[in-house]
Amino acid sequence: MPISLSPMMMRQIIMDHYENPQYKHAPEGDVSKYEQVHMDSANCIDDIIVYVLVKDNKVIDACFDGVACTISTASTDIMCGLMIGKTFEEAKYIVEQYNNMIHEKEYNPDVLDEAIVFMNTAKQAARIHCATIGWDALDEILEHHHHEEK
Amino acid sequence: MIDPKQIRKDFPMYVNHIKMQGHDLVFLDNASTTFKPFPVLKAEEEYLTRFTSNTHRGDYDLCFTNDSKVAEARHVIGQFINAEDKEIVLTSGTTMSINFIAHGYADKFLKKDDEILLTVAEHASNILPWFEISKKIGCKVSFIPLDKEGRLTPENVRRVISNKTKIVAVAQVTNVLGFVNDIKEIAKITHEFGAIIACDGAQSVPHMKVDVKDLDVDFLSFSGHKLCGPTGTGVLYAKYELLEKMDPVLVGGGDNVKFETDASAKYLPAPAKFEAGTLNIQGIYGLVAAIKYIQEIGIENIEDFEKNIRKYAISRLKEIPDLVIYNENAEAGIITFNMKGVFAQDLATYLNSRGIACRSGQHCAKLLHHFTGELATVRMSMYFYTTKEDIDALVEALKNGGNFLDAYFA
Repeated sequence: MPISLSPMMMRQIIMDHYENPQYKHAPEGDVSKYEQVHMDSANCIDDIIVYVLVKDNKVIDACFDGVACTISTASTDIMCGLMIGKTFEEAKYIVEQYNNMIHEKEYNPDVLDEAIVFMNTAKQAARIHCATIGWDALDEILEHHHHEEK
Repeated sequence: MIDPKQIRKDFPMYVNHIKMQGHDLVFLDNASTTFKPFPVLKAEEEYLTRFTSNTHRGDYDLCFTNDSKVAEARHVIGQFINAEDKEIVLTSGTTMSINFIAHGYADKFLKKDDEILLTVAEHASNILPWFEISKKIGCKVSFIPLDKEGRLTPENVRRVISNKTKIVAVAQVTNVLGFVNDIKEIAKITHEFGAIIACDGAQSVPHMKVDVKDLDVDFLSFSGHKLCGPTGTGVLYAKYELLEKMDPVLVGGGDNVKFETDASAKYLPAPAKFEAGTLNIQGIYGLVAAIKYIQEIGIENIEDFEKNIRKYAISRLKEIPDLVIYNENAEAGIITFNMKGVFAQDLATYLNSRGIACRSGQHCAKLLHHFTGELATVRMSMYFYTTKEDIDALVEALKNGGNFLDAYFA
């Protein structure tokens, strides 16, 4: 993904993922096999569950469901697409790069693909939570697994 | 007639030309909190620089000065709402005040089959304390239906109240829809059924004349920071016989006469028995100054001013074709809206990028979506320093929003 995305393209990507999210649904298979984390917010309507199916240190499937604003829906949808098929190490690296970008630190844009549309979130600090709510849920699942593996 | 441009000279947030996102700040979140004028700063500074010491049991002059200030606070607040000095309990804000009623009165006097009446338009602070009491003693919490517009009417109170009703807990002005409820009539109906009325005055006392004797409310709660006073200050008014009957929720230093090893304790008479622990003395200095400041401007003048600026705001906002206004006919200086096809929080973020402070979401009234059908709205709220230029800035921003997600890419 070129970093010279125009504002119009960035907006289009966010709106596409908000209006037609690909991963906003409950798991299609056996829900009990999925790890799930419920995230909600005191300040916003966000109230989502992130589902992740893991096997052999890999993210096999990821999806989410619930009520969420434009930014949280789009950022979580993009995240699910990015994570499917990644190993835990890869997934953790991507989450780390994404968080670095959100908090205006050095980051590697190559692994973030469409998620780089959230690069300016820090300018609207009140929305950082929206752009990270799904990612925080995933991170919790990865952390949890990390400890289980040990 | 209030001239907000003159008024602004009293407020450091205006005098200092505070900016947000590179624009002059347009502050339209006054239902949330308000700016503080110089006299409030000066009063607090006075405590910090000249009168720092505690209250109670002062054997020296400084303490005596602060005890006098607390007495003055009760007097000034009492006069402001037409109550006796001894009926004024100093709290940290509306939330603490309502919790005192729930845990100090309802918990003691309500029984399993009793009922507490609320509305879905109430703020969390006027719902959750009652939920907790209901869980604890098994009494019922019911909701008085709102009318088509979202208003609480005396007729609807009459429709649902019964001999089982023991407490009617409603706001005089609701914090999202901004309707002024006919508390006097609702109090009358409540008393006919032998119940008491606990009025949430957080959004009314700063904006209109509130007279507890005229309204005949049993309890009135409000916050200092919404009427130009410091955060962490607030008031619980109660008819004195109720304060005498109620138990203190917090106990400890400063609210007792004596206690013994057999766990017996004698508390001070009300209102002091509710004021355990060191008071927010600095805040109380500020609160007294804030109320005096408001009185100098004149609460009736503030009410008139807000009515006019609201009319102006509504007429201007109606120029915007895609704007949905939820409370066009409300009386208070609160206007709640959404832009068709734009998520409320995206709209508020966009306004932030233009230096305009509004609030989006549920505004702590998390049951109101049962009424509006909207999960989130944007709320703008005014005060007596709000100018037509503030409204114009909001209207221009809304008109020229183009794509509201632009705030992300600026």
